[in-house]
Amino acid sequence: MSAEFDITETLDVKGASCPMPVVKTKSAIDDLAEGEILEVLATDPGSMSDIDGWASGTEGVELVDQEEGDDVYKHYVRKTE
Amino acid sequence: MSTDTPDAPPDDAPSRAELAARVDELEDALAEATDDDGPKKMSIIATKGTLDMAYPPLILASTAAAFGYDVTVFHTFWGLDILHEERSKSLKLSSIGNPNMPVPNAVAALPGMDRVTTKMMERKIADNDTATIEELLETSLDMGVEFQACQMTIDLMDYDEDDFYDGVTTGVGAATALQDMADADIQLLV
Repeated sequence: MSAEFDITETLDVKGASCPMPVVKTKSAIDDLAEGEILEVLATDPGSMSDIDGWASGTEGVELVDQEEGDDVYKHYVRKTE
Repeated sequence: MSTDTPDAPPDDAPSRAELAARVDELEDALAEATDDDGPKKMSIIATKGTLDMAYPPLILASTAAAFGYDVTVFHTFWGLDILHEERSKSLKLSSIGNPNMPVPNAVAALPGMDRVTTKMMERKIADNDTATIEELLETSLDMGVEFQACQMTIDLMDYDEDDFYDGVTTGVGAATALQDMADADIQLLV
């Protein structure tokens, strides 16, 4: 599937396991401006649920999309404020 | 009981302006009391210092910080070793009394077995790219987690305030922890 949004930055957390994908996503999103989108590449299967949970429980971020590839889980998070 | 409406309010009744002022005052007080715009708070008490039990408080603390929570972790007794710069790098795992470990207690009690099980665990941690205790602690400190080392147990264990990582708060006791728990949305004892 092709993304229908512009990706500003890509964060590669392949190999890292809980809680690092969420923790590093938070740090990376802090460096973005409002409206910009972060792409997160992870291999931790728990990242599908964890990044979803983190995004819905955290102010100022919105989960735009998630893709489950063969080896890599892709997450797209927009900074909303 | 009379149903007559009096023509004028009695002399001691508050004026309209006084009532309006009182309503404003009460509305402000209500807004202050129900103000939940601030960040959520989590308070953890960490009492254990084995390699396995050092993980839960640090994983939860760093994750809560990623959620934007204000996080305090109060370390007491063996939990102090997690904040101890030197000892945190050599936390041990024991198989004694742990039925989940693959060796019977009689074998686990042999000299040197703790070293074997700890090495085994450390290798698993490295193989799985699981963060080390030091990494989790440094990350949590960077994210603004407040780590507190209980003064009474620092003295009890003969530790020195300089033994702990930079950024760790010392000189605190149970009252500080209790106050923190009272203010928190989530309180955990690990």
